[in-house]
Amino acid sequence: MFNKVCVTGIGMVSAIGNNVQEALKSILLQKSGLGFTSYLDTIYKDEFPVGEIKLSNIELAESIGIGSSQSYTRTALLGLIAAKEAVENAVITSATDCRTGLISATSVGGMDRSEIFLKDFFADQRKGKLRNIIGHDCGDSTEKIAKYFHIKDYITTISTACSSSANAIMLGARLIKNNLLDRVVVGGTDALTVFTINGFNSLMVLDREPCRPFDETRNGINLGEGAAYLVLESERIAQQHNKKVLCEVKGYGNSCDAFHQTASSPEGKGAGLAMKKALEVAQLSTDEISYINAHGTGTPNNDLSEGNAIANVFGSRIPMFSSTKPFTGHTLGASGAIEAVLSVLSIRNNLAYPNLNFATPMKELGIVPLTKLTDTISIKNVLSNSFGFGGNNTSLVFSAC
Amino acid sequence: MEELINTLKQEIIEALNLEEIEVGDIDTDAPLFMEGLGLDSIDALELTVLMEKKYGLKIKTAEDGKKILYSVRTMAEYIQANKK
Amino acid sequence: MLKKEAYINGLGCISPQQTFEGNGLPDVSDLLCPDNFFKCLEPVYKKYIDPIIARRMSRIVKMGIYASKLCLEDAGVEMPDAIITGTGLGCLDDTEKFITSMIRNDEKMLNPTPFIQSTHNTISAQIALFLKCHAYNITYAHRGLSFESALLDSLLMLKEQSSESVLLGGVDEITNISFQIIKRLGHWKNDNCNLLNISESVTKGSIAGEGSSFFLLSDKKNNSSYSKIVSLETIVNQLNVESLTKEVSAFFKKNNLNYNDVDLVLLGVNGDSKYDQLYYGLKNKVFCNNSCAYFKHLCGEYHTATSFAMWLSSVMLKNQTVPEMVKMNSFSSTQLKTILIYNHYRNINHSFIIMQAC
Repeated sequence: MFNKVCVTGIGMVSAIGNNVQEALKSILLQKSGLGFTSYLDTIYKDEFPVGEIKLSNIELAESIGIGSSQSYTRTALLGLIAAKEAVENAVITSATDCRTGLISATSVGGMDRSEIFLKDFFADQRKGKLRNIIGHDCGDSTEKIAKYFHIKDYITTISTACSSSANAIMLGARLIKNNLLDRVVVGGTDALTVFTINGFNSLMVLDREPCRPFDETRNGINLGEGAAYLVLESERIAQQHNKKVLCEVKGYGNSCDAFHQTASSPEGKGAGLAMKKALEVAQLSTDEISYINAHGTGTPNNDLSEGNAIANVFGSRIPMFSSTKPFTGHTLGASGAIEAVLSVLSIRNNLAYPNLNFATPMKELGIVPLTKLTDTISIKNVLSNSFGFGGNNTSLVFSAC
Repeated sequence: MEELINTLKQEIIEALNLEEIEVGDIDTDAPLFMEGLGLDSIDALELTVLMEKKYGLKIKTAEDGKKILYSVRTMAEYIQANKK
Repeated sequence: MLKKEAYINGLGCISPQQTFEGNGLPDVSDLLCPDNFFKCLEPVYKKYIDPIIARRMSRIVKMGIYASKLCLEDAGVEMPDAIITGTGLGCLDDTEKFITSMIRNDEKMLNPTPFIQSTHNTISAQIALFLKCHAYNITYAHRGLSFESALLDSLLMLKEQSSESVLLGGVDEITNISFQIIKRLGHWKNDNCNLLNISESVTKGSIAGEGSSFFLLSDKKNNSSYSKIVSLETIVNQLNVESLTKEVSAFFKKNNLNYNDVDLVLLGVNGDSKYDQLYYGLKNKVFCNNSCAYFKHLCGEYHTATSFAMWLSSVMLKNQTVPEMVKMNSFSSTQLKTILIYNHYRNINHSFIIMQAC
């Protein structure tokens, strides 16, 4: 029999709050974190709204007790803050009292500092401060987090664009289920960078207005930054240490759209497969899903593709669904974990979130998202979608227990 | 016009890295997307960048893009009519 | 970390040596050595990849797709049940192209293609697109354990019976720009060194390399199986000879093996006199009676170099020979049944892999 995967701690830092409670408060007040960047040196600073955390790198470092001379990347700093909250929330006093791992995810890695180095380097190859490039690779922030918490039994980093941290949660659950770890900190982190703003702008998918997922007039994404981690523990260990269990990771599914480099198939084949797989692993029927936290980026392509997939999978009974990206922005590699934390909060507080900025139903889609914050319906099972560039699709099921 | 069309074909080959294709292989009036060369949405973006970089012409909406980038001829006609 | 038997039923390798035509090693006289760093010997890609599709692909993506196609053909498998890759630095060339353009053009009129291909999962995703494969697809990017992480997931997929055949790969590239940057960080050799003698190098720094190695893993053995993977362990920590010895000892105990059960110890010696101390220390303390070999004089140093070691081990186990050019000492076993691969990346990431003939 496989081990049940219990969520015993959550932590999150995003444009809607520097911790979980602040984020929840913003959601209850329906207050979006979108605005213009205060820190990025880009010609687009007053053009594209972003979900930025209003703390400088120095302030982030101070909040975690790291001297600013340490030259940590913003991605690493955000990761440390969110992981610390999760670990404290799970009341972990020692990472060595059982087999403990860390699976982190990122898509930009240390690019927030690398792009500063590269600007100087390209002008003159002898220039550029080396401390700005040493944290470039994806594994850097992971190892800094592992070191901070003395985690050593298994450490790795996943990078699959927008589904990165959802895949980290999936792997963590599988390692516990298969008795390879007793406890694992899972999640992801991504900072805003000039690189990603320009990258997505070159694809012409950035919206100059706050995004409107699933709306007929939707016109693209707003980038965001953030980090979120969950502590997963086997039921046996959670009981042994008398832990409060927030909910369960009941299901997960990963599939590849394999349709196009950037676009999703119009019928959402990969998305549908991921959702179905997650329901199968969870051994739940579609009727048992209370709420779907959609990927819902606000691009014409994703929302049609995902909308069609939801309609195909759920048939005549579509659960409440919404995208929370109008609150946080699209946090890329961190989005799976941020939305996982929001899914946990949904179960704990019986909340289904409003899809902000929605006004006009899509002509091609017969379903519409939730527009009102709903707290009157019991939330038993939440499906959370994360669909990435390249067609890497992952869905997770969280359940009350 | 013919000279512009030939130059444009060469530029398209370079911009989209169509290694095995030569200027003579591209039908001036054939659709560039879906049929013909079978280009896709990323190629459309690359051609949009080409129009701006080389000819100073900004394609503002996807609808405009569909019309202007329909074929080599429509691209050439647009350039001729609007080139700064 | 995981003790799980899995058969390697297909191989595909693009490396700085001639490895993509048939799976074997060249003669030592044909050993290809770099000027500055190892660059892969590349096939004619249009054998497998239509130029219209390849037009947008960067070099590393082509290397990934070609090697995976070679592997699938070798295994006689059309569609794997999972595609799992590891890459330490991802698609460097495209990342550099996009940033260069961004800086030079002041963020205006930027070509989207290099950005699309800059994400680490591009290789894995493009392989899936190429094969039209909707199965489980994931990319690991954890420094010197990127490939090992992909291997662990592959073994786990087989253990869970979520897949019957897993396409596993390790890919990394070196570019002129990243070579220069990493040179400034002091990772590469400054002096010329005879590659075959890197095991005797007394200077710091290694030689940069790159490669794309793919494997078809299955629970089922068949006539063309090369080898089997038996056990994997990964460590993120700085070690010395003493603590490394403890780790090796614990690993062997977990696997019910004695040191003399190992016919060949394949070490990631890379010519960096500072970091190679760990390998020699282990060799002298624990494996003084074992045959030892090395491989980075063939492929150079890169985050997923263990994938090349796994390819080499598979070839050696299948052919039951240890080529002269990889031996560090004389090969004394009567048979080649068990290989231990030990590799570390700058003494922060370590891995042990046990492979056996099948």
